Amino acid sequence: MSTDPIDDTSCTGAQSLVRSLEAVGTDVVFGIPGGAILPLYDPLFDSTAVRHVLVRHEQGAGHAAEGYAQATGKVGVCMATSGPGATNLVTPIADAHMDSVPIVAITGQVPSASIGSDAFQEADICGITMPITKHNFLVTDPADIPSTVAAAFHLAASGRPGPVLVDVPKDVLQARTTFSWPSRVDLPGYRPNLRPHGKQVREAATVITQAKRPVLYVGGGVLKAHACAELAQLAELTGAPVVTTLMARGAFPDSHPQNLKMPGMHGNVAAVTALQRSDLLICLGARFDDRVTGKLSTFAPGAKVIHADIDPAEISKNRLADVPIVGDCKETIAALYDALAAEFAAGRKLDLTAWWRQLDGYRETYPLGYEWPDDGELAPQYVIERLGAIAGPDALYVAGVGQHQMWAAQFISYEKPYTWLNSGGLGTMGYAVPAAMGAKVGRPEATVWAIDGDGCFQMTNQELATCAIEGIPIKVAIINNGNLGMVRQWQTLFYDGRYSNTGLGTLQTEQTRRIPDFLLLAEALGCVGLRCETKADVDMTIEKAMAVNDAPVVVDFCVGQDAQVWPMVPAGTSNDEILAARDVRPEFDESQV
Amino acid sequence: MSRHTLSVLVENKPGVLARVSALFSRRGFNIDSLAVGPTENADLSRMTIVVNVAAQPLEQVTKQLNKLINVIKIVELDDDAAVQRELLLVKVAASLADRTVVLQTAELFRARVVDVNAESVTLEATGAPAKLEALLEVLTPLGIKEMAQSGVVAMARGPRSIAGAGSLRAVDRAS
Repeated sequence: MSTDPIDDTSCTGAQSLVRSLEAVGTDVVFGIPGGAILPLYDPLFDSTAVRHVLVRHEQGAGHAAEGYAQATGKVGVCMATSGPGATNLVTPIADAHMDSVPIVAITGQVPSASIGSDAFQEADICGITMPITKHNFLVTDPADIPSTVAAAFHLAASGRPGPVLVDVPKDVLQARTTFSWPSRVDLPGYRPNLRPHGKQVREAATVITQAKRPVLYVGGGVLKAHACAELAQLAELTGAPVVTTLMARGAFPDSHPQNLKMPGMHGNVAAVTALQRSDLLICLGARFDDRVTGKLSTFAPGAKVIHADIDPAEISKNRLADVPIVGDCKETIAALYDALAAEFAAGRKLDLTAWWRQLDGYRETYPLGYEWPDDGELAPQYVIERLGAIAGPDALYVAGVGQHQMWAAQFISYEKPYTWLNSGGLGTMGYAVPAAMGAKVGRPEATVWAIDGDGCFQMTNQELATCAIEGIPIKVAIINNGNLGMVRQWQTLFYDGRYSNTGLGTLQTEQTRRIPDFLLLAEALGCVGLRCETKADVDMTIEKAMAVNDAPVVVDFCVGQDAQVWPMVPAGTSNDEILAARDVRPEFDESQV
Repeated sequence: MSRHTLSVLVENKPGVLARVSALFSRRGFNIDSLAVGPTENADLSRMTIVVNVAAQPLEQVTKQLNKLINVIKIVELDDDAAVQRELLLVKVAASLADRTVVLQTAELFRARVVDVNAESVTLEATGAPAKLEALLEVLTPLGIKEMAQSGVVAMARGPRSIAGAGSLRAVDRAS
């Protein structure tokens, strides 16, 4: 670094930005250089504290930052140049916004004097990302760089986490300035409400003691707040059933007898029905998403709602809360535990015997399961089940979006928090490979499995080149059914089996060869490629993949195309319409309600 | 559906108006009027936003507004307990024959004549929206050549202010 001998605070805007990233504790940045951001890449080259991972597409940088953040709890950082570089970050930024993932995106911008002139590689990225960021900044004065970076990281990580974008014009990076790290972040309009209101907590405790059929409806907020230990205590104190949403898998151990696991469109019968028949939903850091509630007007019709969330705007947005609690989940759950323990000590206890008898009935009658397919040699659910069993509860599982994602949420037993990463809210195909890359960079000691579909994999697999070159040995299980499987499932169920544009041709048939051949593609990308086509080979293939630690591994699991995700609540219908399997509607004993 | 007047204190920074107006359109709300201007504090601007919505969606949009980092405080002003004013400039076709009527109307509504020529008279009027509507109704038969109208600016009656000690209660700091 060319530091001024007299005053070492004197530097360029770019140097100030690198020093700011160092000051905030950034250890890795995922990005691609380009014209407008070139001045930043020069001092970044010299930084010993910040590792830059050169990705192959900016979308990969964004998802890698998300994977890093979700695996470590720290803020993930991605970087891109102006114009197309920045717009390629839009999808992961929107993804992070929907799933409340703390990332900071730094983008180059055309020089200040050219802004608004339709200059080469100019895009109004602040305008474009306004509705999909928690906040964004256009830095106009190099002196503002440290305070802006400090504010960006604070905003991304605190309160309800989310993506923050910092756009820096090229001349601001080149200008001389002084580096001065702010002692405090000045955001007068930003005051996240962490501490729950004592009165609301006591009211919640009272309501809980009056419940006959309570359910702890647990969302991703519990993971964001690092409140899993508190959740376990509260769950055991109440003895109430727990459902963990798609974003909360791992927040409560699947092996725990109170865990009914995942509710929602592809949740299991016990979890969905528990919510429907409940008289009290204790919603902790979840947001009554349409994929959980089904048709909102018929969701949990007999239930009172305690809704605890750090974001006041989530409360009563979709479902009216009887007892709203605004606060951080960690503090809220701990406070709720204390208030409830006091109620119990005073002799007001819960008797959930009848409720559990009912729930255990659902569990026993409608366990998760799958049928071995008529077509193909391999059931996709079996592959995923075995993967979870062999890789174990310490591995990280990162899914794409679609059938394989739902099976991975259903058939792997999550025992520990931060072991399940996926794109929940936005449903971004292509998330898995780059997010797994980011997760592996953040947690190098952990085994990281991307579970991907053949459709998803073809959207972002170029990041395997990054993994191979940068020494990021992730493992990828492609659940290859040769189709956009979830779309095909809907075509089977709702479009009379008219398979419009869902065949991908990635499986070998008598007439066609595989395009692409994932084994050859893996090798071309510097990975070890394996293929598995029979049940007998599954364990051996997974173990072979587990044994490779010096390179990324891609396993092409060729499965049947007709396997479907069940149970299912068809979109727009009531959770009461849940189908345990195709044409199988559970029969509930209405006298139990 | 009912009319609500929100007074929104925001940081005086570039792009804040875009953030606020974009949030309304994104969440499917139509803004009846929006006025923005400086305040007694140079770091802050004040927006007065009039929307026509039901109570529950209004709560949601104010919560979303509060999430904008640049928004400091939101107060809903009750129609009865607030002073509301709009500014109207209106150019009326006023031949010599009609001129007296125009000037009498102006006087009745306490409007000021700000420009006169052989063919027209331009009036400036301030007042609550209803008063300006009434003025326009009287002037319309004479021939309105052009008009420009501001959004509502509003302020609560009584000693309390939007910011500072003993200030007005913000909407939506739920529980």
